[in-house]
Amino acid sequence: MKEYRWPYANELNEKEYRKTDVLVLGGGVAGCFAAIAAAERGKNVILVEKGSVIHSGAAGTGFDHWESACTNPCSKVTPEEITKAYVDEQDHYSNGIAHYIECREGYDRLADLERFGGKIRDTEDEFAGAEFRDEETKLLFAYDYANKFTLRVWGSTFKPALLRQLKKLNVTLLERTEATALLTEDTPEGRRGTGAVCMNVRTGKIEVISAKTTVLAMSRPARIWLYNPDMTGLSEFRPPQCIGSGHAMGYRAGVEFTMMEKSVRGEFSAAGRSIPPYSTGNNHNTWYAATMVDARGVEIPYLDRDGNELKTVSERYYPAKGQKFFLKGGVIDEPKYEYRGPETMPFDELMKRGYRLPFYADLSRMPESERKAIWGLMVGEEGKTKIPVYGNLTERGFDPEKHMLQSYGTGWQSASFLDQERQLFGAPGGIITDWDLKTNLDGIYACGDQLFAMDCAGAACATGYYAGRKAAEASDTIEFFTPDEAFVENEIRRLYAPLYVEDGMDWRELNSAVSKLMQNYCGGVKCDDLLKEGLDLLNHYRKTAVPQLSAKNPHELMRTHEVLDIMDVAEMILHACLMRKSSSKPLCFERSDSDQTDPAEDQRFITIRTVNGVVTEGSIPLDYFNDPKTEYEKRNRNYIEDRK
Amino acid sequence: MMEFKAEFIQSSNHPIRFDETKCIGCHRCAEACQVDVMIGFEKGKPPVVMYPGECWYCGACVMECPVEGAIRFRHPLMNQTKFVEVKQ
Repeated sequence: MKEYRWPYANELNEKEYRKTDVLVLGGGVAGCFAAIAAAERGKNVILVEKGSVIHSGAAGTGFDHWESACTNPCSKVTPEEITKAYVDEQDHYSNGIAHYIECREGYDRLADLERFGGKIRDTEDEFAGAEFRDEETKLLFAYDYANKFTLRVWGSTFKPALLRQLKKLNVTLLERTEATALLTEDTPEGRRGTGAVCMNVRTGKIEVISAKTTVLAMSRPARIWLYNPDMTGLSEFRPPQCIGSGHAMGYRAGVEFTMMEKSVRGEFSAAGRSIPPYSTGNNHNTWYAATMVDARGVEIPYLDRDGNELKTVSERYYPAKGQKFFLKGGVIDEPKYEYRGPETMPFDELMKRGYRLPFYADLSRMPESERKAIWGLMVGEEGKTKIPVYGNLTERGFDPEKHMLQSYGTGWQSASFLDQERQLFGAPGGIITDWDLKTNLDGIYACGDQLFAMDCAGAACATGYYAGRKAAEASDTIEFFTPDEAFVENEIRRLYAPLYVEDGMDWRELNSAVSKLMQNYCGGVKCDDLLKEGLDLLNHYRKTAVPQLSAKNPHELMRTHEVLDIMDVAEMILHACLMRKSSSKPLCFERSDSDQTDPAEDQRFITIRTVNGVVTEGSIPLDYFNDPKTEYEKRNRNYIEDRK
Repeated sequence: MMEFKAEFIQSSNHPIRFDETKCIGCHRCAEACQVDVMIGFEKGKPPVVMYPGECWYCGACVMECPVEGAIRFRHPLMNQTKFVEVKQ
């Protein structure tokens, strides 16, 4: 092993105390918008980001389509219609609050991005005359061309634009800094959030930040079941930075979560289990509605929701006769009839009819504007596509007019996983909030993928701004609390411990063990005995393996902290699974020790939180958010007035 | 005081390679990488890809590189999608 001197300053045991009105943890698109909203309202804001804001987060290098922009000038649908559709589509295990905010304010955030220097319309008239372009506004649409509520956007311009705006608003950026623990205070009114402890991942310096309000914007957990020590970075779809540390610190502090029992059979892990999704020929999401052909070059038919074959490419982008609109994109996989759009013939039917594998996407058969929209705009602006897919495949000689790109497996996942190889994907669990996106702890707000049943960058931007706005408003009436020194010292001891272990265990070994544990004890089919064994083994690892963890520098320390957070999330998932006593289809939750599926008494949000370290179950009815329009308008009069 | 050490961690893949004749050693790539897989030791020279296995393959390093062709970035061989000539 080649060893180098550490090039960054050694700031071990150095500690800086800071105070801010609003503290934002996580600098992806959600966190950036939260910080911007608070700073625009005149607040002092600190943004903590483990990586580097310019391209951090799941949408750091781009995103290609913006869903549910119901208030854009061309939209033919209302925020109420689309929110209802998403809630119905997810059998009411859905975040009506976040979806409504996305539908209602999403387009405002796109307009902000344009103001900050991002590109949201076809200003160069590259697609002039295209069916999906509105000639007046130059906005481009995806999926449902009749209703125009999903926009094609130039997402690779967004993070640099957000960074410029953060700097303009004098937001204090603590980059290369991991948030590790929430500071809390027990008051007569209950526990409240009062800031966070953080560590610089290059120098080891500790930051103790007192904040009037804190916004959690740290995405969702990963590497719980899927882990490859050789290709850690490709273990899951989201960046290795987004590991669930926000969930773990929230869980330790007493923040309430729901749907943590939901996990789905793996869809994306490019570490040997799939090909990177957007780099293959397919007809989902970025690639909708690519022309697909079989091995012989025979075109695969697109059907409407009633099974009628569609004759033209154009027809793939319109609702069926009598249908108001259809849903496509992020979390929409096999929608209910009411919301189902055009789709290629089901795989089994294709096999019966003699279609031959492998399949390919053949863009050469599509009109030029559609070809260029998929290859060049969507593949190019979607995250991880500009250089890795568009650039690399072009360099290898791929020309969409002359070549067709192979499809792998039977669907857009481009892989086949085993039942125990699971992920938190497809609107998974997360933090449950009130209509202010405030958690059960006063002073702590949540947004983006840290919320339960969330998906899509547009939703992250919209909920981020909203949470930042509410956190800013609340900070007016809150005083600072002095951090609990004993807690801070304890946290520093926990963080630094692996530095003092020589020849100990590498974080990869423990991550591998935890992922295997989850596959073995919390796989596709659950039962109490197995789940309890899983918890027992997890505790055993805490006692025996954790004290052996060893790190040589702050970078390795960061990775080690992430695995400790993965363990906390695994514990939360095991407990959440124990709490749900029957199987549930919408939650992809199967029990072998119950013969009931979705009985009436279990159709509810089961919540989990710790109360003074004790795991505590709660129950909240589905649709607890009431009528979205009424509830939203009650609480956002100023915002509505200001937008006029 | 404890001394930190950086150790190159081997991976089967090499996501990022530098063309030393083109790279100006500005280390903008290392600063743009959210995963922090690279360490720039000496200005004027390319950074060292210290943790290649942690690469997320997002391409932010290339997006921020001021010199075209200074970074060669590629997916692991097994993840390189096959394409063929159109059949019609």
